[in-house]
Amino acid sequence: MINRFANPARFMRLSAAILPWCAAATVALLAIGLYLALVVAPPDYQQGEAVRIMYVHVPAAWLALSVYLFIAVASGVALVSRHPLAEIAARSAAPIGAGFTFICLVTGSLWGRPIWGTWWVWDARLTSVLVLFFLYLGYIALVNGFDDPARGAKAGSVLALVGVVNLPIIKFSVDWWNTLHQPASVLRLGAPTIALSMLVPLLVMAAAFWLLFATLLMVRMRTGLNERKALALRLNRMPVPSSVRAEPASPASESVASAGPALR
Amino acid sequence: MATLHALSTYLAMGGYAVYVWPAYGATFAVLGGLTLYCRGRYRRSERILEALQRQLGPRR
Repeated sequence: MINRFANPARFMRLSAAILPWCAAATVALLAIGLYLALVVAPPDYQQGEAVRIMYVHVPAAWLALSVYLFIAVASGVALVSRHPLAEIAARSAAPIGAGFTFICLVTGSLWGRPIWGTWWVWDARLTSVLVLFFLYLGYIALVNGFDDPARGAKAGSVLALVGVVNLPIIKFSVDWWNTLHQPASVLRLGAPTIALSMLVPLLVMAAAFWLLFATLLMVRMRTGLNERKALALRLNRMPVPSSVRAEPASPASESVASAGPALR
Repeated sequence: MATLHALSTYLAMGGYAVYVWPAYGATFAVLGGLTLYCRGRYRRSERILEALQRQLGPRR
C-alpha cells in the first residue's frame, strides 16, 4: 500500500504541483513573522529587546529536534520496507536539520551572552544540542562515505535510530538537571506560560520554518530522485545502448532487452 | 529628523543591537545559503538528467 501512495513517479508529480505554493507560503509567512517578531512583539519586562532572539532561536530548536525525529522515522521505514523514497527522504532532510541546529546553537549563544553573562556553558541542555549537531554531521558523513550508496544508507539509518535516545534527553534536560537554560514555556503540560503577544509571533515564525523545511525537503528529494534516475540511465547505457530507447510493446526491443543481462 | 531618531532608537534594540541583529543575520544567512545550495543542486540534476535523456532518445 505504501508503494501505491509513495512511488517515485507519483511523488515527482505531486511535489511539482505543491512546491510553488509551499515556497510562496514560506516567503509570505517569513515576512509576516519577521514583522511580528521585530516590530509588533513587545520587549520583555526582564530581558528588554534581547527577547527578540527567541523568535528565531526557539523555532530553530523545534525544527532541529523534529527534523531529527523525521530522519529517524524515515530511516526505520527504509530499514524495514526498503522503500527508496524513505531512504531519500531521510538523507534529504539531514543537511536542513543540521542547518536549523546550527542556527539554534549560534542564536542561543548570542542570547546567552547578554542574559546569562556567558556565550556557552557545558550544561545538559546546551551539550545535548551540540551532540545533536554532531549526530547530524556524523549521519551525513556516514551516508555519503560509502562507494555503495545502499550500504551508506543502511549504516546511516542505524546511526539515526540509535541517536534518537538524544531527543528525550534534550527535551527533558531542563527538568532533569540544574541548568541556566529556562524550562519549556510553550510545549508543556498545561497552558503555555508565555504571553499571547509573544506566542503569536513565535508560532508564525515556527510555521514559516516548518514550511521552509517542507519546501527544501521536496526540492532535495526531487534532486535525489533525478540523480538516481541519471545514474540508472548511465548504467543501462553501458551494455546495450538501444535498450533505454525501447518502445513498450515492440517485439524488436523486447528481444534486445532480453539479450542484455544487466538491464533490470 | 524625528523619524531618523526613531529609526536609530529602533536599530539600537535597547542596547542589545550587537546580539539581536547578528542572531537574525546568522539565521537568514544559514537559511538563505541552504536554499541556494538546494536550488543549485536541483537545477544541476535537472540539466544532467535532461542531457542524458536527450542523448538516449525519447523517454519511455
